[in-house]
Amino acid sequence: MSAEDMDQEQSTPVASAPRRADGADLSVYHGVWVFIELERGKVHPVSWELLGEGRKLATHLGVPVSGVVLGPDAPETLAACDGAFEYGADSVYLMRDEVLADYRTDPYTAGLTDMVQTFKPEIMLLGATTLGRDLAGALATTLATGLTADCTELRIDDETRSLAATRPTFGGSLLCTIHTLEYRPQMATVRPRVMAMPERMPGKRGQVIEHACQVAETDIITKILSFIPDSDAEKAQLAYADIVVAGGRGLGKPENFKLVQDLAAVLGGDFGGSRPVTHAGWIAADRQIGQTGKTIRPKLYIAAGISGAIQHRVGVEGADVIIAINNDPNAPIFDFATFGVVGDALQILPALTEALRERLAARKAAQ
Amino acid sequence: MHIVVCIKQVPDSAQIRVHPVTNTIMRQGVPTIINPYDLFSLEEALRLRDQFGGKVTVITMGPKMAIEALKKCISYGADEAILLTDKVFAGSDTLATSFALASTIAKIGETEKVDMVFCGKQTIDGDTAQVGPGIARRLGMQQLTYVAEVEKVDLDKGEIVVHRRSEGGVQVLATKLPCLVTMLEGSNEMRYGTMDDLFRAARYEVIEWDHKAAGITAPNQCGLKGSPTVVKKVFAPPPKAVKAQMVATEGKSPREVADALLDGLFAKHPKLETEIGQ
Repeated sequence: MSAEDMDQEQSTPVASAPRRADGADLSVYHGVWVFIELERGKVHPVSWELLGEGRKLATHLGVPVSGVVLGPDAPETLAACDGAFEYGADSVYLMRDEVLADYRTDPYTAGLTDMVQTFKPEIMLLGATTLGRDLAGALATTLATGLTADCTELRIDDETRSLAATRPTFGGSLLCTIHTLEYRPQMATVRPRVMAMPERMPGKRGQVIEHACQVAETDIITKILSFIPDSDAEKAQLAYADIVVAGGRGLGKPENFKLVQDLAAVLGGDFGGSRPVTHAGWIAADRQIGQTGKTIRPKLYIAAGISGAIQHRVGVEGADVIIAINNDPNAPIFDFATFGVVGDALQILPALTEALRERLAARKAAQ
Repeated sequence: MHIVVCIKQVPDSAQIRVHPVTNTIMRQGVPTIINPYDLFSLEEALRLRDQFGGKVTVITMGPKMAIEALKKCISYGADEAILLTDKVFAGSDTLATSFALASTIAKIGETEKVDMVFCGKQTIDGDTAQVGPGIARRLGMQQLTYVAEVEKVDLDKGEIVVHRRSEGGVQVLATKLPCLVTMLEGSNEMRYGTMDDLFRAARYEVIEWDHKAAGITAPNQCGLKGSPTVVKKVFAPPPKAVKAQMVATEGKSPREVADALLDGLFAKHPKLETEIGQ
């Protein structure tokens, strides 16, 4: 047994062993479900991205695609259902109850387990967000089924009618395709911004199938004492930003991160960092960019003092233009950047900020 | 207070590089490390142990070479280390892994009650973040993922309050022990081990358990047999066709380099020029 054999993500391809000797009929599982992540009155855009992907899978299978909405008995919950229809859902499965007002693992896992066991979808997709990952891991365990995390491509394998879920492994240096052959539903998570946003069809509606929540507040051990919302300054909309500037260990020390923030501010963009600097606490953890952090697909990405290890590359490859500044001419980031500058980021960053500030002032004066 | 910390030995992905010509990964000589996310959980466990007294037991499932990672944990100050190693575990996916680890923790709990379990938020090789929740479900423990801060623990009442990162803010959650926690990166900093711990680690004999020792009576729930997912194909990502267009820097001031870069950028992408600063 080697380390590589220990996990699905690392093992070598194997032939599918015949399982389900119990003769369970998997054909009763029907349809594609997308979990609509409603938190504090807002739907995470990854849910719409997944509906677009779910629609493709459902069309290929000749089955409906449905949104599944859990939330409090509130207008926002119904608005989430409408949103699901407008982004492509044929129907919506809905569970409304006050115990679902804020996300907690237990009531959401219990509610969703109940709905899956009642309506038996063959595929269940969730966003790989903090909420989605917490829920997916718990749900797959209670359902005792296969779950593939952070997929970058989803297809149907015609031979087995199973979901072929492709994901990066080894920090992004390899891709692997994973199937769940003998268990249903087949579960997968996808990170925000990995799939394209489908077109919205305003006013489109469909059937809402409501299912009663069987969980009572008295059954739930974990209580929410309070919620501390991020201030606007902290609110990292990184994944959806059009312009992103990021810094890495090459900046030397945490104080120098200001140079990254200054440039991001002039550009009207957001900022982030590599794994080493977020781990060192230079910037907040949710600003980490890369395979273990956020996937971004901005129009412009500027990486300063980031070497561009594979796990970083995976998170930024979707950018239209990548500018890399690094003092090591052999840094791997130059292998996939659009423009490269070999130099000291501590000098180039403020120079860029200054140059841009002047150009913007000139643009304004000309208007 | 008895805390079990689950860790994993992983290849240091920061040091894996793709061969620029053949597009295959160059794995030779890539060192193994303790999954970096596990260290935040281990440190938090050690702090709680220091505060309340008790013991930290570190466990991992893996090949014999993982002994090295466990000894490293002892050198940081962990009290005991158990390696779960058996060929029945080979090919485990996350569901089978959480089964094996949960069984092990239950077995440990038979002789010494377990108050808390810590796991890394995710690993840097598999990246699934599924094993922690899986263990919590199987042990019927409350699951607290992405914890930025353990605010307080009341051991007498068996209560814990944590700050959990969620999208757009922080949930302050109160729950009961036993519970499973995964710590957010940057939430603490791993200590330097004391000389005593370093010496202890050098002499320490890691406890090795096979599936029977871990109390597993259903080996068909382990390894490949116990894994619903099947890896069908492993392949290298398609190579990126173009290399970076390098901006000349020789004999130029930073400002000249910056202007040359912006001129090149906007010449090629004129639309970007109108979109910046908005």
